[in-house]
This record gives sequence, structure tokens and C-alpha cells, in this order.
Amino acid sequence: MNAEFRPLLKPVDQAVGPVAAMVAVFARDVRVAFRQRQDLLNPLLFFVMVVTLFPLGVSPEVAFLKQSGAGILWVAALLSVLLSLDHLFRHDFDDGTLEQLVLQPQPLFLLILAKTLAHWILTGLPLVVLTPVLGIMVHLDGNSIAILCLTLLIGTPVLSLIGSIGAALTLGLRSAGVLLSLLIIPLYIPVLIFGTGTVAAATEGAPVAGYLALMGAFLVLALTLAPFASAAALRVSLSNS
Amino acid sequence: MSEPLLQAVNLECERDERLLFHNLSFSILPGTVTRVEGPNGTGKTTLLRILAGLNDAYAGDLLWCGQARNRQRESFLRNTLYLGHRPGIKPLLTPLENLRALMAARRPVGDDTLLQALAGTGLAGFENVPCRNLSAGQQRRVALARLLIADEPLWLLDEVFTAIDADGVGAIEALLQQRAQEGGAVLVTTHHDLQLPGMNRITLGGAANEC
Repeated sequence: MNAEFRPLLKPVDQAVGPVAAMVAVFARDVRVAFRQRQDLLNPLLFFVMVVTLFPLGVSPEVAFLKQSGAGILWVAALLSVLLSLDHLFRHDFDDGTLEQLVLQPQPLFLLILAKTLAHWILTGLPLVVLTPVLGIMVHLDGNSIAILCLTLLIGTPVLSLIGSIGAALTLGLRSAGVLLSLLIIPLYIPVLIFGTGTVAAATEGAPVAGYLALMGAFLVLALTLAPFASAAALRVSLSNS
Repeated sequence: MSEPLLQAVNLECERDERLLFHNLSFSILPGTVTRVEGPNGTGKTTLLRILAGLNDAYAGDLLWCGQARNRQRESFLRNTLYLGHRPGIKPLLTPLENLRALMAARRPVGDDTLLQALAGTGLAGFENVPCRNLSAGQQRRVALARLLIADEPLWLLDEVFTAIDADGVGAIEALLQQRAQEGGAVLVTTHHDLQLPGMNRITLGGAANEC
């Protein structure tokens, strides 16, 4: 028996760095998503449908839409992110990719950050891109639309990041959808309040810098804390499966 | 003989208020193949998941190279390869893309090597077919291709012979034996009648009857 055939333990300097591993995780998620494009369209379609149906169902009056348009768009975006959350880890859990992810030598919270970033780029960002069109539809003026886009640009990553905690926690459960919503919606409420509050302030001509700073604080907080919480939740979920 | 890679001391695991095993102690030495055996439901997969670091619901100590495993998680993870029931193959990606993504976390490998590994598991010509169009055995083979390029000293393989044809089973047996001769350590669970010269055994199922 020749144990000296090759050095047994790998020296640390040959390790794949965290950044390279994050890029690989991100690239795989994006590639998988583009192989299944209908899943990408689903939250977008939901967003457009809710915003289109609101004037039909409630009131098509310009005054009403001007006043509530930003709120409608924010609620629709929030629900549409919520709708897509269950997919964040579910497929990976089912095919075993998640086990391999947890067993990667790189810090798990960074890999989850890469996954969440991919989720945001594939669901949150398209919503922001669609917002100007829908904003015009609900008679928002140019300034309000710009502020609305900005709040969604800051806010939707927060939704994805907070949502990743809920998705990780409910992973092992069979009826995860309901519990996921119940867990996550309360945490979404502050983001929603400040998101719509910013646009309301902008419409009245009040300064919005304070609101935007608060939303930025939400983003920084979520960015630094949520991946750790998701990583811990994922370990628990996998441990019980 | 050399130092044990992984050591379990008085390992105990309870699942759904049933004691799966207790007082389980063993060492995994470099250059050995160890088979975990026992009837269905005796905790073979649970044991492997505990050893791999996926399941924390256990009592007892796990030592990696003589020190507590959980204190040197990075070294342990970098030097251990775990293949589970669900091998981490994405049905929407091709075998080549799957292998590339799995290896990206471990060490940079060129596409030539990956293609060779896929050919080595009998998947030549299927490199660019989405995995969902492949048979169950072929999908397993995509995961097994990792074994041909893996340089981790410790392999934890759960039901590695599932859905593999007779020729494939022979090839895997030969691979495991060759791996042991090279100084690697292999731990397998299987219902297949694996007989290798010098193979160690861990038998589960005895402890469950005691309580």
C-alpha cells in the first residue's frame, strides 16, 4: 500500500477562492433560469396583471390612480417577489445541488448571497425595468416614476434577501407556501411603508433624501445580516431532511 | 499504519424517537475501503450525512486528522467528497455544464479533463444533451464522473451502485479499489454485495434492537 502516492491533504493555497465560487454559483443559477424561461415570466406577468386589473376593478379615474398608483405598483412587486421565493432553494433541494452547496469549502453565506443576487437579477430587476411603463399607465408624473423606480431598485433586493431566510427555513416542509408568506410578510411591511412613503413625499414636493437614506439602511442591513440567517436556516433544514 | 483521516468516537443518533445507533466508534484510515451495511432504515444514510457534515443531530465526537472536525470545517470540506442519493445534477443543464459547476467549487479543471471524465463513465456523445433527457443510470454516471477527477482523500458515497448496469458496477468496484491503493479512503453504503480484498465493515442495526 502506498499512501505516499500523492500528498494526502490539500494545501490551503490551492483552494478555489470565495469569489470564484460565488461567480460559479451565480452563473449556474442564471443558466438554469434561462433554460426554463416560463418560470422567469411568471412573476413579471403577475406584476403586470395586478397593476392592469386594479383600474378596471376599482376605479379608472385619474385622480384615484395618481394617488394610489405607487402603492399599487409596490404591493404588486412585493407579492410577485413573494410568489417567486419558493423556487429560490426548492429545485436545488430536490436534486441535491443544495447539499453540495453546503459542503463547499467556501463560506456558505457568500454562496447564498450569490444565489440571492441571481434571484434578484432574474425577478426583482425586471420588475424595476417594467415599472416606468406601468407608472405611465396609472398616470404618475415623470418625477414620481423616477422616485418609484429608485425605491424599487433599493427595495426589491431587500425583499429577495429577507425572503431567502423564509425560503431556507420552510425548505423541508411540504406545505411551505403558506408558512413562507406568514413568516415573511411582516418583515416586508417596513420596506413597503417606506417605499410608498418616499413616492408620496416626492409627489407632494417634499424632500425624499431622508426616506431614501432609510431604505438604503434597510438594504445594507439585509445585505449584511440576511445571508448569515439564511445559511443557518439552510443547515437546519438540511439537517432535518 | 498512517494516522486515521476521520474518527468517530461514541457516535449516537436518534431519529423520530428511535435510537438508530449508539456507542459507534470507528476510524477511517487512508488506503482503505469501508462498507456501511445493515437493513433498510437502520441509519446508513443518516450516518453518512452525519459524517459528511450535513446532519448535526448527533451525540459523540468526530475527529478529522485527530482534531475536532467542527473546528476545522474548511480543511474537512476541502478534503472530503460526498455523493448522496440525490447527486446534485441539474436536469436542465448538460452533463458537461453540471460537472463544470460541481468542480468549480473544488479546483479549476479544464473542459478537456471534464470531457475525458464523462467519456470514462460511458457518456461520450451525451456531453451536450440536457440531463433530463438522460436515463436514471446515465444521470448517476454524470455524478460518478466526479470520482474520476476527484482528488479529495476521503470519499463518502451513498448507494453509489444504484441504477448502474453490471459493467458499470464492476468499473466502480475497480475504481474504489484503485483509490484505496493510491492512499485514498472510501466509505460506501450499498445493498449491492460488494466484496473487495481488505475491505472494512461497519454494521448497523444491532443497536436499534436493544431499546
